[in-house]
Amino acid sequence: MASDTFYLRQTPLVVLLPPRARAGVLGWLRANLFSSPFNIGLTAICVILIAWVVPPLLRFLLVNATWSGDRAACLPSADNPHPGACWAFVRVWLSYFVYGFYPIAQRWRVDLFFVALAFGIGWLAWLRAPRRDVAALYFFVVLPVLSLILLCGFPLIGLPGVSTVLWGGVLVTIVVATVGMVCSLPLGILLALARRSQIPVVKWLAVMFIEFVRGVPLITVLFMASVMLPLFVPEQLSPDKLLRALIGVAMFASAYMAEVIRAGLIAIPRGQYEAAQALGLGYWRTTALVVLPQALRVTLPNIVNVFIALFKDTTLVFIVGIFDFLRTIEAARGDPRWTSPIVSITGYAFAALFYFVCCYGMSRYVHGMERRLARRSG
Amino acid sequence: MVQGSTDAADEKARPEVAVEIAGLNKWFGEFHVLRDINLNVARGERIVICGPSGSGKSTLLRCINHLEDWQTGRIVVDGIELNDDPRQIVAVRRDVGMVFQHFNLFPHLTVLENCTLAPIWVRQMPKRDAEAVAMKYLERVRIPEQAEKYPARLSGGQQQRVAIARALCMNPNIMLFDEPTSALDPEMVKEVLDTMVGLASDGITMLVVSHEMGFARQVADRVMFMADGQILEINEPKAFFAHPQHERTRLFLQQILH
Repeated sequence: MASDTFYLRQTPLVVLLPPRARAGVLGWLRANLFSSPFNIGLTAICVILIAWVVPPLLRFLLVNATWSGDRAACLPSADNPHPGACWAFVRVWLSYFVYGFYPIAQRWRVDLFFVALAFGIGWLAWLRAPRRDVAALYFFVVLPVLSLILLCGFPLIGLPGVSTVLWGGVLVTIVVATVGMVCSLPLGILLALARRSQIPVVKWLAVMFIEFVRGVPLITVLFMASVMLPLFVPEQLSPDKLLRALIGVAMFASAYMAEVIRAGLIAIPRGQYEAAQALGLGYWRTTALVVLPQALRVTLPNIVNVFIALFKDTTLVFIVGIFDFLRTIEAARGDPRWTSPIVSITGYAFAALFYFVCCYGMSRYVHGMERRLARRSG
Repeated sequence: MVQGSTDAADEKARPEVAVEIAGLNKWFGEFHVLRDINLNVARGERIVICGPSGSGKSTLLRCINHLEDWQTGRIVVDGIELNDDPRQIVAVRRDVGMVFQHFNLFPHLTVLENCTLAPIWVRQMPKRDAEAVAMKYLERVRIPEQAEKYPARLSGGQQQRVAIARALCMNPNIMLFDEPTSALDPEMVKEVLDTMVGLASDGITMLVVSHEMGFARQVADRVMFMADGQILEINEPKAFFAHPQHERTRLFLQQILH
């Protein structure tokens, strides 16, 4: 008879495979949609919501939509008593939405800029791309100079100057957003480091800048950049309107970015600093090689959050008279040859689609990157 | 081996005292954490420091590479006086390796990159040479096959051995160990201690804060007992364990040996 307190295994247990998950569509459905009464209720609510929203939306955007013609074609008629989106309007105005008043003969330069930018983003974003160091050089050094020459013009090589007053649409939105993002990250890092500095002057300057810029609405920052900057700078040196807006947006985004990155810096354990210092690394190398790579990884979702917010905030530059993408739609829908409620709704739907595709793209990309980073250090 | 690899001229220039601590006092706020510490560590000497928690032994160790500041007294490491001059501090840190209780490996770098970071950026060593040195020391601590992994994939004992290799890659004359085995699971303590015993036989100067008395018996030239920020007793291990002189030492040894 076996004792209650003594046990000794005589034969080793066989190694088994893990039990197989319930396979097939049914198994998936049961596990994910109908696992509990609460879950069944949620599923039912979602189905009702989808049935309520999606068919009318598709009917408006696709089925009943008007794809060509003029204003009259988009109005209710015998053939189409409930007309859908007036895509004909978007087709007619599309080049205005993309280029604004950029001279038609010179628009190839904008196209080339888009291609160069897309190429740079693609190269940088593709994590396994060859020579990503060259990609960074291209994106952060070559591309800005190239873009400036292309878009503003360089008469010496036969590119006539194009005043930024004529720029508009997607071009302006992309330029403002890209400049804002590209400037805000390094500036934000510097501000965050300055705010954690031991040197009081540096620290308080950073605190004052961040708190002041963060404490006022972007519209105010834009106004100040637009109205106050010329007061400090001699008139002939006064930068043009778009540049002033760019500075305003970059300042605003940097202040937010600084706080996001500071949170990441705080999250790095003291032991990391100490280990780096004990190896003889100084402040800048400790920061650049040990602290920042980890801090940026921790804050990646928040950085993208700032980027997405910034991308949509670019619509506010209209307040200082710049024709960004949304403003061009506003202007076009007010055109008496087109104006009608359907046209307005279509314009806004088109804008929503554009912003959503851009923001969701950023979001998905970073999501993939996070998963990749998590696999590495899991 | 570290000493053997340097040339004779360099050897002559180095003082016989590796670490000189004189009249060291340190306060954390009102708390007098180090009280008048005087200690000379000879070149190649191995000292094990023990004592109850809060006795200031880790703080003392961390003063030697200036991870902690102090108020009065002086520390001279390998002939370099530590003061507020950042260049002096970096010069000392290049010369002094440190191993931490919680390893403090850089989680975003592979094992190999952890080991080559400082040689490349502080010693300006070409990457290929730094990697060769790193592999040499990773073999030394018997984990060359983990070189491409990230620290999170390693066991505690392996991580601590990587930390030792990382410090050795800077070719230090002095090694500081701050409770290197106290965060480890019991079965991993031995692999780390064995690595340290191997180092000791190379003649590198070692200061070890540890409660591994077996290790102290085996490798220490002197064992030092600290309590309340003071050095209470220093002796050769045999005498230290056989005939502790101070009342507190006797009490402490009774508590940790049984």
